[in-house]
This record gives sequence, structure tokens and C-alpha cells, in this order.
Amino acid sequence: MTETQASGPTPRISSSVIIAVFLALALSFVALIYALSILDQDYETASIFLIMGFVGVALSTYVLFQTRRRLSKLKMVPAPVTTTIECKKCGFKNVREFQRGDYIFKEGEPCQKCNEKMLITAIYREVKEKEKEKISF
Amino acid sequence: MCCEGEFVSITAAILGLHSRIIQAQFGDTSVTWILNVLFYVVFIVFIFYGQRLQTYVMIREVEGSLYKLKYIKEEGRKITIETIKEIGKPQTDPTVRVDRFLEYFTISPQSLDPAGIVWKLEHILDVRDTRFKDEVKFMAPSADETQANNLENTLEAAMALNFIYKVIRHFYLLGKKTLSLYVIMQIQMILPMIMKEAEAYASALKAFAYGQPIGDGAGALVAAKLMHGLETRKIAKDCVVASVPFEGRTAFVIKAEGPGGNVGKPGDAVKAVIDENEGKIAMVVMIDAALKLEGEGLGELAEGVGAAIGGPGVDQYKIEDAILKYHIPVNAIVIKEDIGDAVSPLRKEVFDSIDGVIERIKAVVLERTKEGDKIVIAGVGNSIGIGQ
Repeated sequence: MTETQASGPTPRISSSVIIAVFLALALSFVALIYALSILDQDYETASIFLIMGFVGVALSTYVLFQTRRRLSKLKMVPAPVTTTIECKKCGFKNVREFQRGDYIFKEGEPCQKCNEKMLITAIYREVKEKEKEKISF
Repeated sequence: MCCEGEFVSITAAILGLHSRIIQAQFGDTSVTWILNVLFYVVFIVFIFYGQRLQTYVMIREVEGSLYKLKYIKEEGRKITIETIKEIGKPQTDPTVRVDRFLEYFTISPQSLDPAGIVWKLEHILDVRDTRFKDEVKFMAPSADETQANNLENTLEAAMALNFIYKVIRHFYLLGKKTLSLYVIMQIQMILPMIMKEAEAYASALKAFAYGQPIGDGAGALVAAKLMHGLETRKIAKDCVVASVPFEGRTAFVIKAEGPGGNVGKPGDAVKAVIDENEGKIAMVVMIDAALKLEGEGLGELAEGVGAAIGGPGVDQYKIEDAILKYHIPVNAIVIKEDIGDAVSPLRKEVFDSIDGVIERIKAVVLERTKEGDKIVIAGVGNSIGIGQ
């Protein structure tokens, strides 16, 4: 029923850590901009700042993505289950969402067409599979 | 000693090569100097602390999964308590009782002297079943038999989730305490499979709480389709049988009594039918869900011989014992599913394969028995959400 994409309640990430990450990101950007501005005059210093900037941006975005990935997947998504009810007399078919108390071969509500008692003939869930990777074996 | 010497010369060669590359790129400047120092520091750190760093990475990975497991376990507990309150309408808050139930354990019998262990195991399982049923009655006094069975299954799924969480937590804490790569590695390596199982139990929990048919009930569904509309009688604990005219033969179709969550005692049921007919049974056909291998299709059918039944082995033993006594051939048809599909609500692919199973049974029966013969068809599996 539940497709637990849940990554669960993530560890509480303290706001000071988040602030530090954003600060590092901002400083890294400043380093990159500064490096680009002095690239023509002082190649040596620009190189150091470029390396620092790239490493800083890479590390802080990695940490931020890790945090976001966990926070975004917090719910257990229920997969829809359908119940098929059929009238054995006139063949009328009704497909609806599963309700508590439904079971296969349960005699249910009267038929909308002939008023005969209908029968639950199927209960299942349909999962739309993601396009599968083509495997040759 | 020879290997150590080789290692030193390889390391020196790498470091030398690296220095030349850096120098070629930046010339002989302070950037070269800084990069060289950085490279040496990283290299030395990795030589001495590589394993430690790997341990930290693994601990972090297990920690992530542990948070997820904790969430799933807590959700499971919450759903269980809510369902008990909703269905069972207890006078007092069932939370304490549920928490106590989640910690229940079963000790399997001693196998130093294996003679008679099946009966000991059966007894333990019976005691466990009775205890669980009594607990459910206390927790949910207003639940009818079907609901009580479903609640029992829900509690068992919550119990499994609690157990998985505790085991992973144990290894995580042990790994953190000892900082041993090998302690943490053994759990990290099997973590994807454990997570898959935990997610399957989480799905099962919802299905049990709502009383939806699950993938494991495929065998029971085949039997239900065969016996639907015919008179059934109780043959063993939580098991029913119907006498079905089948291609000019008489088929005794057995399934666990539904629509409550039950697997019954198919071993006792098959034995009882065979004994009732004094062994004059031409064939036993068993239908069950079986774990599929990666690459096999969901709902794929396979045919073979032997008692197709899972569980602790008591029922399989009894069936094998009964058929051996009268030398009755036993055929099996299985429906392939993975663990997630087996315990979560029935998938359409599995449902669609049911008619195919009936066709296979017909083919086996027509090929291997004569008209007028008596056969046993046992649909094995949890009958939750499946009537008869």
C-alpha cells in the first residue's frame, strides 16, 4: 500500500550548520569572482583563489544537496488499490477505490442496472513501472 | 620485505610524476609549492587514515538508513495503534500493550537432538499463535474474528519492523563504538536488502490494517476461484475444503479460511483429506507464491514437483509425510513475486496470472490422472482479503 520512498525523519540539522554552509558557499563565490577579476594581473594568486573557490562551491553544494534530499522525502505514499465489482446476471462492472471491509468474493451493493447483488471479483493495485533499462539477457 | 620495497618505489614514482605534472602546469611558483604540499598531506592522510575514513563514510550511510528505519518503524507503530483504536474500540489506551507486544520473542526448540523437533516447533508456534490471539482480544475487544486476524497480522508486521530497526541500530552503535570497519561493513553490505524488506513490511502493515489481499495470497486466490459458490467445510485449524468437480475428477480444494489474515494449517488439512479418503488420492497439486529472481517477471508461472509451501517447515513436513505413506505424487505450480510484492497489496500482474494457474492445473490433472480420480488442490498463502 505504501510506497515508502520515505527517507524518514532526517536528523535535525541545526540552523548554525546551515548558516555555516551558506556562508562557505558565499565566500567560495566571492573567491571565484575575485580570482577571475585578477586573472590577468596576478596569475599565481588567481590560481589559488580559483582552486579554493571551486573546492568550496563543490563541498558546500554537496552538503546542501545531502540535507535537501533527506528533507524532501519524508512521506509514505500510499499506492492506490482498486476494487472491481461485477454483476453476474447482467455483466455490469464497476471499478472503484478500495474501501475497508472489501474482500474478494464478497457480495456487495445491488446492481445499478438489474438490482441483483453484485460480487467483488478483484482487488489489486496497479503500479506504473518506470521505463525499464533494456537488458539483453 | 620485497613487497615493501616495491611499494616504496611505486609511491616515490607517483609522487615524482605528480610534482612534474604540477610544475609543468604552473611553473616553479608558490602555487606549485602549495599544491605539492596539499597533495603530500592528502596522500599521507589516506595512507594512515584511509580505513578510518572509509569507516566514517559507512557509519554515515548506515546512519541515514537507520533514520529511515526509525521513521518506518514509528509510522508502523502509529498505524497499528490507530487501527486498534478504530476497530477494537478498547476501554483503555492500547499503546502500552502494543509497545510490550512489539518486544515479544519466540525461542525455537533445541536441535542438538533433532528427533521430534518438528512437533516441538509446532507446539511452540501454536502457543505463540494462541498468545497473540489472546493479546489481540485484550487490545481490541470489539473486533470480530476477521478483524482480529487482520490486527494480529498488523501487529506482527510492526513487530518485524521493530526488530529490523533494533538489529541495525545495534550494529551501527557497535561500529561507532569500536570504529571497526569490519563490524560496520557486515551490515552496510546487506543494507539494501534489509531496507527492501523493511519497506515491504511497511507496505504489508497498511495492507493488513485495511484487510487488503496481499501477493502471498495468490495460492489462496486460485483455490478461492475454484471453490467459489460451492459448499465448504472446516478441515483443519483455520483451513477450509470444498469438493469441486474438476475435468471429470473430484478435486478437494483447500485454502486458509478468509477473508481474515490467516495461513491456516495446510499440512493438517492435506493430511486430513488424504486420511478421509484412505489414501485413494491420485495426485496432490500445490499452488503457492514463490520468490522470484531478479530478471524474472512478476506473476511468471513455474511448474515442478514437491510440496510448495514456505514457513517454518512444519506443514511441509506433514504433507511430505502424508503423501509418502500412500506414495501420492505431488506437483507444484508457483507464481513468481519478489518479497515486496509478496507482502504488499496484490499486484495486477499477479492477479492476472491466476487464470493461467488454473489452466496449468487443468493440464497437469488431465495429463497425469484418469477420469473419476480424486485429487487434492491446495492453495497455500495468506487469505487476507480473500473470501471463498
